[in-house]
Amino acid sequence: MELLPTVWFIAIAALWIVYLLLEGFDLGVGMLLLFSTRSDKQRRLMLNAIGPVWDGNEVWLITAGAATFAAFPFWYASLFSALYIPLTIVLVSLIFRAVAIEYRGKGSSDTWRMWWDRALGLGSLGSAFGIGAALALTTTGLPIDANGDRVGGAFAWFTPYAVLGGLAVVGFSLVHASVFLGLKTDGEVRARARNFVVHWSPVALLPIVAWVLIIQFQHGTVITWALVVVAVVAVVFAWISARAGREGWAFVGIAAFLLAGASSIFAAVYPVVLPSTLNPAFDLTISNAASGEYTLGVMTVVAGFGLPLVFLYQGWTYWVFRNRLSEHHLPEAHTVKPAVAPPVSAR
Amino acid sequence: MDPLEIARWQFGVTTVYHFIMVPLTIGLGPVVALMQTQWVRTGDEKWLRMTKFWGKLYLINFIMGVATGLVQEFQFGMAWSEYSRFVGDVFGAPLAMEGLLAFFFESVFLGLWIFGWSRLPKKIHLATLWIAVAGSVVSAFFIIVANSWMQHPVGVELVDGRPVMNDIWAVLTNNTALAAYSHTIMGALAVGAGFVVGISWYQLWQRRRDGIDSVDAAGRVVVGENASIPGRDRKDHSVWLTSIRIAAVIAIVGFGGVAITGDVQAKLMFDQQPLKMAAAEAACQDGTSFSVLSIGNLGSQNCDDVVGIIEIPGILSFLAHGDFDTEIKGVNTLIPEYQELYGTNLPDDPLYGERAGMEINYLPIMEVTYWGFRLMIGFGMLAAAFAALTLWIVRKGTVPRSKFLMGTALLSIAAPFGANIAGWVFTEMGRQPFVVVPNPNPSGVDGVFMFTAAAVSPGVSGEEIIFSLASLALVYALLLVFEVRLLIKYVRGGVASAMPELGHPEGGDPGNSGDPDNPNDPNHPDRRDDVLAFAY
Repeated sequence: MELLPTVWFIAIAALWIVYLLLEGFDLGVGMLLLFSTRSDKQRRLMLNAIGPVWDGNEVWLITAGAATFAAFPFWYASLFSALYIPLTIVLVSLIFRAVAIEYRGKGSSDTWRMWWDRALGLGSLGSAFGIGAALALTTTGLPIDANGDRVGGAFAWFTPYAVLGGLAVVGFSLVHASVFLGLKTDGEVRARARNFVVHWSPVALLPIVAWVLIIQFQHGTVITWALVVVAVVAVVFAWISARAGREGWAFVGIAAFLLAGASSIFAAVYPVVLPSTLNPAFDLTISNAASGEYTLGVMTVVAGFGLPLVFLYQGWTYWVFRNRLSEHHLPEAHTVKPAVAPPVSAR
Repeated sequence: MDPLEIARWQFGVTTVYHFIMVPLTIGLGPVVALMQTQWVRTGDEKWLRMTKFWGKLYLINFIMGVATGLVQEFQFGMAWSEYSRFVGDVFGAPLAMEGLLAFFFESVFLGLWIFGWSRLPKKIHLATLWIAVAGSVVSAFFIIVANSWMQHPVGVELVDGRPVMNDIWAVLTNNTALAAYSHTIMGALAVGAGFVVGISWYQLWQRRRDGIDSVDAAGRVVVGENASIPGRDRKDHSVWLTSIRIAAVIAIVGFGGVAITGDVQAKLMFDQQPLKMAAAEAACQDGTSFSVLSIGNLGSQNCDDVVGIIEIPGILSFLAHGDFDTEIKGVNTLIPEYQELYGTNLPDDPLYGERAGMEINYLPIMEVTYWGFRLMIGFGMLAAAFAALTLWIVRKGTVPRSKFLMGTALLSIAAPFGANIAGWVFTEMGRQPFVVVPNPNPSGVDGVFMFTAAAVSPGVSGEEIIFSLASLALVYALLLVFEVRLLIKYVRGGVASAMPELGHPEGGDPGNSGDPDNPNDPNHPDRRDDVLAFAY
């Protein structure tokens, strides 16, 4: 067992899990805007529930990617190049999503808002699906050769596992966002979010549960099965709490579900980071994909200092914006008019 | 289709685009933070208005930098997997540090700043902006460290032909990085300041055109107001006059900094990447003269077609070494030296694909390096001269009524952007045919280099890269239109575009005191304090 590569395997797993835990509800809120055909004020309420925190949440993705590059360059290079098309879609989706959140409210026409809502919704859908597919494939494998390069063409990644992983993150994000909106908003949005959790979470969470179980049947150990049991208990608890209207506990439950479920996947595939479906000898593992001891040591010091700090100030942000939002908290949409005197003829 | 050429175009297009937004973020951020600091210190509403207005434009631009930055991180792995494998041990670390130590601060604290108005105590709210701004400035440092390692590899040893980091301190204090970083930050300040100068000029001009301000016989401003236009009161004039003066000073200081750090950088580059600098000068023969204008076929490989038209003796030596008579090696001397050190042909390795065994062309495209270098300097000087002129023009409190001058001021916003782009295109194209440049004068680690031809992803087809290049280019073009349209709209709205309350001095809708029986009415007497100061 190699200590530092193992530490970094755990660190990267943790970065991805925290990313899904935090950005999960951002992505879900974005997708829910596609269905939410009620008033503009309700859509704004949903958007502002994630307003102050979404950008900070997305940094977990950037850090997960960069940390993979730093700690396991061979994993990063093989995975990202093999998934060229889906990651292109993720990038375009994330770009649209980010810009939509910022620009949506800065125009005043209904058409403007409608198109940015679509960009936000589809951007969230595309990112959630693509990231889910990528994560599933790094646990189930890709056709990579001895050098770690994908063979079989641009769509060699497109397998049932990719679809399953994509649906898993999409479904989870929808439920997670509904639990979050139940906790963070008031009025009709809150009630509808709760209804969504009660009625749809059993269906929406099926793909992620299937992914967890497939990995367990392939690689499970006693410990990872124990994590699965925890996850199942947590998700049932979340559902019961949501039905009883106890939104705080529902959020704790769904968060525990993700933590335990995703941990069970990463723990089961350890020490392989990217299996080759062509030949197990080509598998990328924490040993043959990792950076040197020195680099990992430096990164451990940096992360040991930086991550606790991030938890601290990001946690503080959630504390500052802890209040439930209601429609009456939102200022009226503001129309920007040119600060120019009307032409002389119109005076 | 050739993946290499397309992947290079993609990297160039996405990076240049990203670096339109980024210097504005880095340069405008400290200016806004300075304004808010003044507001907290003095309580003068002028500063609050400046903070709100420039802060709004800052945010419209900020998000585009964030959105396009993701592409940068992903495409190393996607399109340049061999590069990522080769350099991962040393190149990934600064990127990860950027995330952990800078970008988290930037994003989290900017969220706090945007939504924290009137929710956080004034001083803490101010601190959130400073932390976010510091985040972007530090973030740039780590990115430049990564880039500079490609220009001047240090802090590594070769293990099985691959660079493995053994000294992070050497990587972080790489002299190339320190010079390039200060050069970049100064350049960004010039961008941010130029942006403020141009827009403030427009605002002062608009006030004059609308007959709000006028000048007396001595040419001094007579400030007026027009109550029917939101925000155009007396205070408004001081908002723009103070903005334009501060920014013009910062632009001049920034340009001075750019010149000094650029000189340091050039001296390093003459030493570390002599061929890049020779190509920047189109200096085919050894010599001491700086070329002001050269004509002929700069791209010609034997270099014989290039004719220097105007040359200043001694200046090239001065740029490189600080004296006037050291001979600087020209292209014709350097290429044989490079061939001796790094071979005349690419290795016969499958990594090079069709290019395996081909002859290596060590000379960067000279049209690009020669003109890139001169455009960078030219645009920079133009911007600085305009800032100095502005400072003199506004000495009596406003700008002339000339529409032409106002248009020139708005156009001048583009100059520092142009200088930034030209400089980066020069330095990145100038490092070809290498992606990691060997340094013949071994302050870098000997033998650490990589040809660009070996860096591209072996498993990715040209069609895939065309797909991503086309999608990204389309999205980028579309979003640039939206960004510029929004910026124009908010600029035309004046301060009132960022402070709706200026339109309605009472707060809320004028004349609507609220329905006391409807608790959901935003103007309900109990509700007013509840309403967020800002929401999407």
